[in-house]
Amino acid sequence: MTQISVPVVRNILQANERLAAANRKRLEDAGIYAVNLMSSPGAGKTSLLERTIEHLGGRIRMAVIEGDLQTSQDAERIQSKGVQAVQINTDGGCHLDGNMVQIAMDSLDLGHLDLLIIENVGNLVCPAEFNLGEHDKIVILSVTEGDDKPSKYPVMFQQSSVLLINKIDLLPYIDCDVEKIRRDASRLNARLEIFAVSCRTGEGLEAWFSWLEKNVQEHKK
Amino acid sequence: MHELSIAQSLLDIVLEESERHRLKKICLIRLQVGEMAAVVPEALNFCFETLSESTVAKGAALEIETLPVVARCSECRLSFQVENQSFLCPECGYPALEMVSGRELSIVSIEGETGDRDDSDQCSSGSQHPSSE
Repeated sequence: MTQISVPVVRNILQANERLAAANRKRLEDAGIYAVNLMSSPGAGKTSLLERTIEHLGGRIRMAVIEGDLQTSQDAERIQSKGVQAVQINTDGGCHLDGNMVQIAMDSLDLGHLDLLIIENVGNLVCPAEFNLGEHDKIVILSVTEGDDKPSKYPVMFQQSSVLLINKIDLLPYIDCDVEKIRRDASRLNARLEIFAVSCRTGEGLEAWFSWLEKNVQEHKK
Repeated sequence: MHELSIAQSLLDIVLEESERHRLKKICLIRLQVGEMAAVVPEALNFCFETLSESTVAKGAALEIETLPVVARCSECRLSFQVENQSFLCPECGYPALEMVSGRELSIVSIEGETGDRDDSDQCSSGSQHPSSE
């Protein structure tokens, strides 16, 4: 019996990274732009999707993958807007991974799509660690959650391309310093595009729609 | 609790490597985890212990080296350790767009027992097997 040390040097999440890369290739081949939409529960992911579909649905062919712990309520909300939606129930799992998205993509008609939006499980920590094959990560932070969130959950803000500060129509009623959110998030990630919006009133959403549409056009074949 | 998924991936790799190197028992697994990898070592330990229960990795210790977040300034190219979550260059004040380290989640090495005799726990550092009295 000998005791030996074996050098390994492998990324622990390599299996997920491989699946994410395969998903990405399928998307690229089909000319589809994909985003991974992340936030805490209740920050407004599904509301943002509804507004986005209402505004861009006529011009952009889109589909939604809905990640949820339980229920298909969100997928039904999306389908009622006339958009393909696939539900993934993670049954308690706190994030989506490359494998779940691969399976969900199998049931979408990729040949007739320009945009795939993957709505992750509501959670400001775990989803940031798992690539799904998306081109960009989008994080939503609602002002009711507090202006300390970028510094408390830095990974999510560091990894994202866009931060949507949602529910700004509620600012008169709460103590939330939007400038602090902008400052802290920008210090973590100078590339981060920040849009202050209200999905309820529609304020500020034009800038988000334009950003999204520009990226969809750039990835089209 | 995404540590459960991470622990499962870790165990998959460890078992694959132990088979390749014909290890009969795994004593120690060395890991590098970046400060910005969003992993809680205690949770990873707990999940790994539970998942590895009936495998050759049962009782293996996880030795986790934490790597600091290091960024490189896009203007003056200085590499610096990120403190207080600020990616602004301490020299010129420009934002650093490149992360050099801090997102690692890697296995570095595995220590274990080889050999043909099938004795149990021989690891010199590691599992405490309760002696049957």
